[in-house]
Amino acid sequence: MRYSALSVFLNGLRGNSGWAPAWRQPQPKPHYDVIIVGGGGHGLSTAYYLAKTFGITNVAVLEKGYLGSGNIGRNTTIIRSNYLLPGNNPFYELSMKLWEGLEQDFNFNAMVSQRGVLNLFHSDAQRDAYTRRGNAMRLHGVDAELLDRQAVQAKLPFLDFNNARFPIMGGLLQPRGGTVRHDAVAWGYARGADSHGVDIITHCEVTGIRREEGRVVGVETTKGFIGCGKLALAAAGNSTVVADMAGLRLPIESHVLQAFVSEGLKPFIDCVVTFGAGHFYVSQSDKGGLVFGGDIDGYNSYAQRGNLATVEHVAEAGVAMIPSLTRVRYLRTWGGIMDMSMDGSPIIDRTHIDNLYLNAGWCYGGFKATPASGYCYAHLIARNEPHETARQMRLDRFQRGYQMDEKGVGAQPNLH
Amino acid sequence: MASLITCPHCGQRPKEEFTIKGDASLTRPAPDAGPDVWYDYVYLRSNPKGLHKEYWHHSSGCRRWLIVERDTVTHKVHSVTDAALTKLGGAA
Amino acid sequence: MSNHRLSTGGRIDRTRTIKFSFDGKALTGHPGDTLASALLANGIQLVGRSFKYHRPRGILTAGAAEPNALVTTGAGGRTEANTRATMIELHDGLIARSQNRWPSLAFDIGAANGLLSPFLSAGFYYKTFMWPAGFWEKVYEPLIRNAAGLGKATYEADPDAYEKCWAHCDLLVIGAGPAGLAAALTAGRAGARVLLADEGFALGGSLLTDGDATLTTILAELDALPNVQCLPRTTVIGWYDDNVFGAVERVQKHVALPDPHQPVERFWRIIAKQAILATGAEERPLVFGGNDIPGVMMASAMRSYLNRQAVAPGKRTVVFTTNDAGYRAAADLEAAGVDVAAIVDPRARSDAGWQGKAKVLANSCIVDAAGGKALRSVHIAGASGTQTIEADALAMSGGWSPIIHLACHRGAKPVWSERHAAFLAPERQEGLTIAGAASGHASTSACLGDGARKAAEALAAIGFARVEPTFLSADDTQAAATPFWYVKGSKGKAFVDYQNDVHLKDLGLAVREGYGDVELAKRYTTNGMATDQGKLSNINAIGILAEARGVSPAEVGTTTFRPFYTPVSFGALTGTSRAKHFQPARKSPLHEWAKKNGAVFVETGLWYRSAWFPRAGETTWRESVDREVLNIRKNAGLCDASTLGKIEIFGKDAATFLDRVYCNGFAKLPVGRARYGIMLREDGLIYDDGTTSRLSEDHFFMTTTTALAAGVLTHLEFCAQTLWPELEVHFASSTDQWAQMAIAGPKSRAILSEIVDEDISDAAFPFMSARTVSLFGGNLEGRLFRISFSGELAYELGVPAGYAESVADAIMQAGAKHDICAYGAEALGVLRIEKGHVTHAEINGTVTPGDLGFGRMVSTTKPDFIGKAMLTREGMQAADRPRLVGVKPINPETSFRTGSHILADGAAATLENDQGYVTSSCFSPNLGHTIGLALINNGPERLGEKVMIWNGLRNEFTEGVICSPVFIDPENEKLHA
Repeated sequence: MRYSALSVFLNGLRGNSGWAPAWRQPQPKPHYDVIIVGGGGHGLSTAYYLAKTFGITNVAVLEKGYLGSGNIGRNTTIIRSNYLLPGNNPFYELSMKLWEGLEQDFNFNAMVSQRGVLNLFHSDAQRDAYTRRGNAMRLHGVDAELLDRQAVQAKLPFLDFNNARFPIMGGLLQPRGGTVRHDAVAWGYARGADSHGVDIITHCEVTGIRREEGRVVGVETTKGFIGCGKLALAAAGNSTVVADMAGLRLPIESHVLQAFVSEGLKPFIDCVVTFGAGHFYVSQSDKGGLVFGGDIDGYNSYAQRGNLATVEHVAEAGVAMIPSLTRVRYLRTWGGIMDMSMDGSPIIDRTHIDNLYLNAGWCYGGFKATPASGYCYAHLIARNEPHETARQMRLDRFQRGYQMDEKGVGAQPNLH
Repeated sequence: MASLITCPHCGQRPKEEFTIKGDASLTRPAPDAGPDVWYDYVYLRSNPKGLHKEYWHHSSGCRRWLIVERDTVTHKVHSVTDAALTKLGGAA
Repeated sequence: MSNHRLSTGGRIDRTRTIKFSFDGKALTGHPGDTLASALLANGIQLVGRSFKYHRPRGILTAGAAEPNALVTTGAGGRTEANTRATMIELHDGLIARSQNRWPSLAFDIGAANGLLSPFLSAGFYYKTFMWPAGFWEKVYEPLIRNAAGLGKATYEADPDAYEKCWAHCDLLVIGAGPAGLAAALTAGRAGARVLLADEGFALGGSLLTDGDATLTTILAELDALPNVQCLPRTTVIGWYDDNVFGAVERVQKHVALPDPHQPVERFWRIIAKQAILATGAEERPLVFGGNDIPGVMMASAMRSYLNRQAVAPGKRTVVFTTNDAGYRAAADLEAAGVDVAAIVDPRARSDAGWQGKAKVLANSCIVDAAGGKALRSVHIAGASGTQTIEADALAMSGGWSPIIHLACHRGAKPVWSERHAAFLAPERQEGLTIAGAASGHASTSACLGDGARKAAEALAAIGFARVEPTFLSADDTQAAATPFWYVKGSKGKAFVDYQNDVHLKDLGLAVREGYGDVELAKRYTTNGMATDQGKLSNINAIGILAEARGVSPAEVGTTTFRPFYTPVSFGALTGTSRAKHFQPARKSPLHEWAKKNGAVFVETGLWYRSAWFPRAGETTWRESVDREVLNIRKNAGLCDASTLGKIEIFGKDAATFLDRVYCNGFAKLPVGRARYGIMLREDGLIYDDGTTSRLSEDHFFMTTTTALAAGVLTHLEFCAQTLWPELEVHFASSTDQWAQMAIAGPKSRAILSEIVDEDISDAAFPFMSARTVSLFGGNLEGRLFRISFSGELAYELGVPAGYAESVADAIMQAGAKHDICAYGAEALGVLRIEKGHVTHAEINGTVTPGDLGFGRMVSTTKPDFIGKAMLTREGMQAADRPRLVGVKPINPETSFRTGSHILADGAAATLENDQGYVTSSCFSPNLGHTIGLALINNGPERLGEKVMIWNGLRNEFTEGVICSPVFIDPENEKLHA
């Protein structure tokens, strides 16, 4: 059923009784050409592009919880392509371009809102680093603007320009950055993939990977064995748990990142702003809540919950940036499990095990990458060669000495 | 995490006093151990779902590196020992 | 407007009158009132508008779960949106305004949304607003955003203070109702350190409504116990690892003008050995048409307003109940002289043994309530047909849900109990026990007994011997509850989540469209996502989903309980870390010296560093910096280098240790000599650099960069303690103990000779010498290093921090005749770029020693050092890596900036053609043009090549040439002078 203003109108007249399920709830078939482990954003978008763009429709997505129960439903909804390194920048820009046509493509309003992403800087060194970054973006045709203090003040006069411990000097703005209604991305991809014949099987946990003569032939699940031609992991924070089933060690640690939302407010801030002198970034949802976050808690964790010290630090940084926030209230806090890679950049690659593919290491940048990740992963699975924008996102780059370290902090996941 | 870590030298202290480095089960290879062994040490992680031994540094306290044995699912801390004393075979 | 205050009764102080305003109207109330009770007493039922349909809303509850009666309080920087009227203690000068309405509460244009509601069903926005694509940000979204949201937050700075504190206790009791009071009393008598926190301004919980005489006795005894601290107005908001709790105390939220010496809110971090969760139970609304019309209220809330504040909800009430609670409300209403027209009970037979006047309509339901801004009548359907009863107030009770929020913050899953028709949390978890109504008990006596018993058990677990429960356990003779999720056949909208306007049909639609999973239904319909986080709505929604899916509530399960229990202000979580106090300020021991010499300071990490020293007549920073630079190359200058990290390294194995942490050799460094060292990370990339001097056989002195002072020490300790614990080596940071000043320039020796007692001639004290020296004729000992960051003849002198200012003064005085000047970090930056020295602008975490031209420093003979193995990887040795060079403009009149990228001459500006970037740049007053350092692919092989220095971000494109990074004195003649 196609969604449109007309369909909303006609169904409204009929008491909304005519809407069909957005996707089927099928039982698993005995064998699929491709099984994707993980029914989150990346798994679902991979299935969608496999079916729609690359014509591989005999695909199952296996999700151990409910659809979209991982990081796709617990992030801070920001999209941007303000990356520095040549191995990352074209990939995230591909993602941005896909975002820009996504809703019409999968016929689901995911509220892609290009409200602008502004990164503040507070020192000459930060300004210089953002200049380098902005120029890297410009060289690839990505929009970037360097704002001085006056321009930032004109845009966001309620930031602390009078009494800040670390005065705001300016900011790097990506006008095309913004926010997207995160759950809707999962639902839109699920509905789109389903309409192309992909089986989305929820509450089905992978418990083992079956190999014959070394190559992967299927997975053991809580719903029985399911055979496959190719097995594609897209398990985010649980990547190493699943990879372990195939005896594969990964350059990844799982860390908890908290996110927060305030009570609903009338329009307060109209773009995404990142503080440069502490860990805080904020945007406002269409519903009115300020959506904000900070740094990861800093320790390996599989629990989707964080601790108070980080919550307090985020509040302090938030008030340092916007003093009047003191009377705004946190409504809810939650945590997601990040697959932190050893250089802060992701991996989309084949593994040394035949038929086993890996999509992991998204750190806390996975949401914005959802479309390109799915597209490039589908490309890799379908054609057995990396998409041109993901050519450097190789698993062996650490071994070969070609890390992609945007922050330059080295093999220490909790610093990325 | 833990909200609190019981440092063997300083007693129960809040998490904010510590710096976390990560996996303490790794052993630094011999210089000539070969690239695969070194790659494994520097980049690969077991990342267990459950008990995990990790290095925590009491940065705002005694400045000792500790080995914290902690559950990554429940966040329960099972033991905290002084890394150097443990490695030297002494008590901590 | 009529007065709804009863002539007698209640826990209010009628001798005092409080003046407040609502929507500009002056009103009065009494101490003991909440804003909600005072509004009701003044006959005001309409207090707000709902989120989506802008429906008129009244006061539904008397507590923290209130979804409707949200108001904005205060003015200016004290403006506070979305405050629950039910939780605001009435106070003189309180200004409250209704929200989400325009132009007024009574006449709200937004209510037109209600007419469109057939087309605004759950998730309708996911299906439309997609065309044309560009319209979302420009047209649809602004409309949605302006309609959405609740209150308006202020941009004005908050004049009030906040603070944080820590508390430790044996037993934290959360909730001061019967179970909590009994627990606190039991523990208090046993001598335990007890904290008793309750969100209300008065302790007592349901006892305040029930008027139980034991309350006064218990409170008096608790008050007398020195080991019990009572915290009213304190909401425990989260349970964290290791039994740490967060709590917010509303210290001065009940005064219009706070005492500036006290915080308005205090955030507590409570470390409890044991805790009792005695948070009671939440009454569930009933889901029927028009259940949101002002005048419809929870039965328990109606009792609370009657008994605590002597407020009658209306003149003629109807009760709709599935359990005893409705009958208790009816009895209280009749006792207060309020007419109860009927008690409507869907059950065939009630167990309440009703003795009152009101008729009981069994087997009946209220199908629809009628009214606009106030309740007019209810339509009842039952076994004996249908009837309409006029009423201006309706009390409803759909059963009870234990408040288990906190108990589920650490992963525990609620379990459905058929007997209670409610979700319960595990009664005992490590450190936390649930007691009273929160664990499913109903009667006051049962709650008292349960609280006392569980406190005794909790204390026993932490070593308190033989604690006597203060109340005996009582049998809880409650009947099995029958859940009643919604009334069938309602014509009007039957709300489940009031604030977010989620109604029965929305949940049905969610199930039909495949969003029937409780988590998906929440996200699709927004049920439970309002400011009350589903306190009233979640369980009803689960029941409704269960019926629609044909499964039990157990199978549907709950969404996850997340902190916070109720919303917490940024202010409380921030405490005193605001504005200039956001982070600590570090000031060098030479800060005052720099200040009196006119320095301009710049934030560098936590430090304030002197950046330049303007003199009279200088109008730009560049003028000052150029003067300082030229003077140093010609005469001399003094610069504060104290912020560099300083680490004392002791031990017989210190040399061996340093040999392993630096990539170049240190084992053979002679006593009295300094050496530049490069420290790698284990991945082979440069971590930090600095000089390390050998002051004696077993004592080294290391300097680090300012940025990594703490990081390097931590790294050294890691290496020493975990990698090589067998080495005897120890560290002490002396960054704050020693002041360090750089004296640079051709005349520096002459100047220093006047204060240093020893011979510091080139022969006696050559380049890279490092020794303890005597100063001022033996009056002071210092450390002198002949090292140079500027490329000039230069020294660094260390003196104990307390002497810093006097020594600097003495040097300036001695240097006056040599035209010494003070110089800052900016001039230092120019000097080092002219000399091609690197800082963290170049050491950016992605460079190898080879990249920076230090390839030959890396030891090939040492068997091991940190980073050695990984440095050999193919990618780390690739010839085309970006490597350090200098760049300068072809036309010296032109300039360029740091962060510009490098393109080959004539190459198109694409990412593929990107060949590197400028890491540092400055105007060199010695050369008269801009110079820069850059990391350029294969740079050192390309000296003399013409390139484009590309800064598209600023539209600056400069033709440049690659050159040596050493712009001044490449032969080091000045250095060795």
